[in-house]
Amino acid sequence: MSVETSSFRSRMRTLTDGAVTALSILATLLVVAPLVAIFVYLVYKGARSLNLAFFTQIPKPEGESGGGMANSIVGSGIILAVASALGIPVGIGGGIFLAEFGRGTKLANAVRFTADVLNGVPSIVMGLAVYALMVFPKGTIFPFMGHFSAMSGGVALGIMMIPTVCRTTEEMLLMVPHAVREAALGLGVPNWRSVLSITVKTASPGIITGCMLAFARVAGETAPLLFTALGNPYMSTSLNQPIEALPLQIYVFANGPYEDQHRLAWAGSLVLIVLIVLAVALVRYVASRGVLKGAS
Amino acid sequence: MVLCALSIFVIVALILWQLVLRSQLTWERFGLAFFYQTFTNPDSHQPMYWDPVNERFSALPFVYGTLVSSFLALLIAVPLSIGLAVFLTEMCPGFLRGPLAFLTELLAAIPSIIYGLWAFYALVPLLRDYVNPGLARYLGWTGFFENDNPTGLGYFAAGVILAVMILPIISSLTREVMNAVPHSQREAVLALGATRWEMIRMGVLRNARIGIVGAVILGLGRALGETMAVTMVIGNTPEIHRSLLSNGTSMAAVIANEFTEAVSNMHTSALIEIGLALFVVTIIVNAIAQLLVWAVTRGTPAQAR
Repeated sequence: MSVETSSFRSRMRTLTDGAVTALSILATLLVVAPLVAIFVYLVYKGARSLNLAFFTQIPKPEGESGGGMANSIVGSGIILAVASALGIPVGIGGGIFLAEFGRGTKLANAVRFTADVLNGVPSIVMGLAVYALMVFPKGTIFPFMGHFSAMSGGVALGIMMIPTVCRTTEEMLLMVPHAVREAALGLGVPNWRSVLSITVKTASPGIITGCMLAFARVAGETAPLLFTALGNPYMSTSLNQPIEALPLQIYVFANGPYEDQHRLAWAGSLVLIVLIVLAVALVRYVASRGVLKGAS
Repeated sequence: MVLCALSIFVIVALILWQLVLRSQLTWERFGLAFFYQTFTNPDSHQPMYWDPVNERFSALPFVYGTLVSSFLALLIAVPLSIGLAVFLTEMCPGFLRGPLAFLTELLAAIPSIIYGLWAFYALVPLLRDYVNPGLARYLGWTGFFENDNPTGLGYFAAGVILAVMILPIISSLTREVMNAVPHSQREAVLALGATRWEMIRMGVLRNARIGIVGAVILGLGRALGETMAVTMVIGNTPEIHRSLLSNGTSMAAVIANEFTEAVSNMHTSALIEIGLALFVVTIIVNAIAQLLVWAVTRGTPAQAR
């Protein structure tokens, strides 16, 4: 009797094990499915619409066919340049503090915690805050304030880059082996010098790709630009004027009634996604090589 | 360097200060009732929540829409992402692990606007033609699925696309937490004659559960604030419906839709107050999640995600 019960129980256990294995494989397939669907759909819709005019012309008036998104590409470039100029130095500085000078201190822990929390703040809230800070105040003496501008869009995205860059820089610096630091310090090099020219330099490929990842993330952000950069149907290169950006234009075109605008929206999305896939792949490649050539 | 690090605190303080400052107008007029009051339409005697022309504002339908779509997203995403994490850490053959992890990372990096575009043109027609009628027929008796919406937009569509978007975050953190469980735990359970599932249940999931809860809460934080994809598929009507297939709206969606076209200072102020509420809630949710994840992964070496 007891033998039968135990063989029944053991069969049940094997069955449960098999069922769970099957379920987790099913879950994996269900997760991969939308990704594949999105990519196939994007390439199918976008590739047909991608041509030279897409990169060289500005949008035609509504209802006319043809045209491109040259102004959006230039605008995105300008906004992202401003964002990088603000976000990358500050983020790297913060990351160096976390990993080197402040390691283990209460301040560093508090900064790390706040950076992680800030990373999860919705991007639309960033847009609102920068609107309130830069666009809303009228008649101030500061430049770029009081109206929608490329500058305010860049500031919004730059602020979003800081916590990301900060945390990836820290992670990359922590991968540098202690032996490298000790070798520098053993030669009598002061600490600040060792950090800047040995540790940071050793980790620099990782830091650069981390910055690229942050760059790719904000390149696709739409919500913070809605009330800062605003959008502009014409070519503009002024930091002081409203400016178009690729994700903004995709949003406007996708919601419009015209088939030709939908076509441009798909092509724009394809350009964005290619940029992002390249950045993610590069980051993964560098991270998997353990960052460093000189370390291993 | 210290200045750069301190700038993080400055940013949080600046956001909070600006949002509080610019939402004073609504706060003085409505106080806390802004989040739960209901008005009545004088003509139809139906409940009404959002009337910018007569300056009557209530955030109730937006809070409701955000909560409904986010919890729906969690309901779909949590089992899937834990299944994925279990597969990747415990079962997956080595040659598949790298590509699959890369694919989920890509899923996390796709911009919200592209999810929105795909959801609007591919997912919503699919739901409208095949999924929603089925849900209404078989689950209609619960009252949550009434197929009275011919567009296919609504809470359900928003929940599905949100689930796809938060999946990679939950599953990558769950994986990290599961990797932090020492191998000796697994070996000990296996040595007692456990099957693989029993080993995962007793040796891994039980030890990692706090961190997994943290990962789920972090996913919730992302879902609450997601803007563009939700805006494109939730339908954007400031009403409250019991049926998940009805049009609704969310906190982030109303800000994205109305802010640049706000008709008065009170309207702008009301939208900023919704933004402030979103900010405070996501800060609290993220802080809780971060503490839970740290409780488990603390002591294991940092790894690039």
